[in-house]
Amino acid sequence: MAEKSMSKSHFPWKHIFGYIMSIVLTAVALLIALYSNFAVRTIVILIFSLAFVQAALQLLMFMHMTESSNGKIQAGSMLFAAFIAIVVALGSYWVLEFGIHLNHHE
Amino acid sequence: MSWDEFIVTGDPFILAAQISIVITTIVIVFGLTYFKKWGYLWNEWITTVDHRKIGIMYIIAAILMLFRGGVDALMMRTQLATPNMQFLDAQNYNEIFTTHGTIMIIFMAMPFLIGLMNVAVPLQIGARDLAFPFLNSLSFWTFFMGAMLFNLSFVIGGSPDAGWSAYMPLASNDLSPGPGQNFYLLGLQLSGIGTLATGINFIVTILRMRTKGMTLMRMPMFTWTALITSVIIIFAFPILTVALAMQTFDRLWDTAFFTLQDGGMPMLWANLFWLWGHPEVYIVILPAFGIFSEIISTFARKRLFGYTAMVISIVAISGLSFVVWVHHFFTMGAGAMVNSVFSITTMAIAVPTGVKIFNWLATLHKGKIRFSVPMIWTLGFIPNFTIGGVTGVMLAMAAADYQYHNTYFLVSHFHYVLIAGTVFSCFAGLIYWYPKMFGHKLNERIGRWVFWIFMIGFNITFFPQYFLGLDGMPRRVYTYIPEEGWFSLNFISTIGAFMMGIGFALLIYNIYYSFRYEQRETTGDSWNGRTLEWSTSSAIPPHYNFAKLPKVSGQDAFWEMKQLGEDTNEIKQYEKIHMPNNSANPFVMSVFLFIASFELVFPMVDYCDFRVDWNTCMYDSKVVY
Repeated sequence: MAEKSMSKSHFPWKHIFGYIMSIVLTAVALLIALYSNFAVRTIVILIFSLAFVQAALQLLMFMHMTESSNGKIQAGSMLFAAFIAIVVALGSYWVLEFGIHLNHHE
Repeated sequence: MSWDEFIVTGDPFILAAQISIVITTIVIVFGLTYFKKWGYLWNEWITTVDHRKIGIMYIIAAILMLFRGGVDALMMRTQLATPNMQFLDAQNYNEIFTTHGTIMIIFMAMPFLIGLMNVAVPLQIGARDLAFPFLNSLSFWTFFMGAMLFNLSFVIGGSPDAGWSAYMPLASNDLSPGPGQNFYLLGLQLSGIGTLATGINFIVTILRMRTKGMTLMRMPMFTWTALITSVIIIFAFPILTVALAMQTFDRLWDTAFFTLQDGGMPMLWANLFWLWGHPEVYIVILPAFGIFSEIISTFARKRLFGYTAMVISIVAISGLSFVVWVHHFFTMGAGAMVNSVFSITTMAIAVPTGVKIFNWLATLHKGKIRFSVPMIWTLGFIPNFTIGGVTGVMLAMAAADYQYHNTYFLVSHFHYVLIAGTVFSCFAGLIYWYPKMFGHKLNERIGRWVFWIFMIGFNITFFPQYFLGLDGMPRRVYTYIPEEGWFSLNFISTIGAFMMGIGFALLIYNIYYSFRYEQRETTGDSWNGRTLEWSTSSAIPPHYNFAKLPKVSGQDAFWEMKQLGEDTNEIKQYEKIHMPNNSANPFVMSVFLFIASFELVFPMVDYCDFRVDWNTCMYDSKVVY
């Protein structure tokens, strides 16, 4: 929706949209952290998910990630980096989980 | 710490090495002074930022390291030739297999391939240099200083002895006292800086500096593999950097990342090491695939079969290479679920690799094959590498791996992929691009001898090791007893190792012989090539590579030009060329990095003894040897 209006006028719809969404996402995170009755684990998961959504949003709306001549390469490398980060962090945790488990029982 | 702890003493081999180092240094210094070559060395080589010269220096350094790693290998094979051999003791043997592995991977295979990438990639994409020539020089010098630091351990302080994988807690202060392991950590850290910078450099170069019309899908296959290798480098090497830093902290400043007590986790080291270590395997094999693709296409005089499939498969390999690392420690004790998943991902990697093998075979099909030396190395690679590949799939089965793990079966497997893949490709690439570097070919007749001696020797060395492994011979043992029945196969293996040594010596002789007697190339097109590096005006391209940047209209750009009868060097109007200046900074920076790293190798506390008047020692004497 933002792109169509972009091409017609110079009004920075994208930035406005990104700005409002960022405020909304931050506010939601704050509300969850301060006023919700979820378990701590759930709160942490929710906040992290909101943070990742916001990071992606900012990259798209403010950082012009996909707009330059090599936008595809930029987007691809970001996605690959995210993939590697997830593999390294979660993969290590998953692989070594049994070890952590052992230590706790000793 | 006293001097006799600083310098390694008491071993005849090491004494001989020390003496020979001193003599060689004197000879080099004398020779340079006598022939007045200091200026030449400094201006033409040490301060150069020219990609081709840096590439040549990488290759020379890699060949020196191949020699050192090869001598290590021959010493190990001699020790294992007969039962109860007294050639080396356990400590020496541990040090030698550690340095052999580290040197061959980090200081031989990678720099050799990076050297070939340096020589060929800018020429292949029609660029005048890499994107960051200064950074390129810095990469080389940090790598070189890292390699020297690591090699220094042999005569000063003692070599690391915890295996090239440096598992904790074996590599901790308790079980590996002395500075040896610190040499490993700092040497790898230092050269890792260079590798990382190279990765960035090549990505930017390939994405940004391609000549007009050279779209991504028209790039030569070697350039593609260089690109994907660089991607793997910049994602994998930070893991090694962090892991090495953590182990350094554990050893020097008593942190507890990988310790057994204080909440440390030794298995995390193995995990992080292989998170880097497996992608590393593909860092050294993908460029090899690229080299073979170029050579097959050139000498079969056909366009590479299944170009798109090749590209897709190397991209797939780059992704898969990050999700298989657990297969290096199936026996660690993770559950059946973890092992099964990694078993499957590992087997999956055989698919894109298999696609490549069939593409090469299809390229050969109905080609007009010329059996030049680079081509016979390539043809030797296909069956030998496939043997390594299928035994890899055997090892990939987690349940069966409990049998193969840590035996000579594994040793044989990774030598079959690393030698038949990487080393064959280094030799093939060196011979293929040799005229681009030095203006003459290597002698074909001697080259054939080198190939056959080396290839047969390689099979005699490693084929028996599969059976030794199935017989239960563990790796990293320094001797065995006659009753175990491993004598005959071990002895055969040792014979093969010496054949490989002879092959290598003959290759070096060939370099000398060809320098003296081989005919000089008159054109830039030595092999009737297909890609842009052969389109330059002379055999050794001028330092600006192309007076006029070529314009590309399809795959195999130079071949197309030749078909259309275009003269690439016909220039109507000269344009201005901007080339970078030489710089001494990378060398000087690397020297200081070397000094800083060397100081870290010997923990602070010991320095207090050196500096007599330093009363206020910063650290309590906790680490005492």
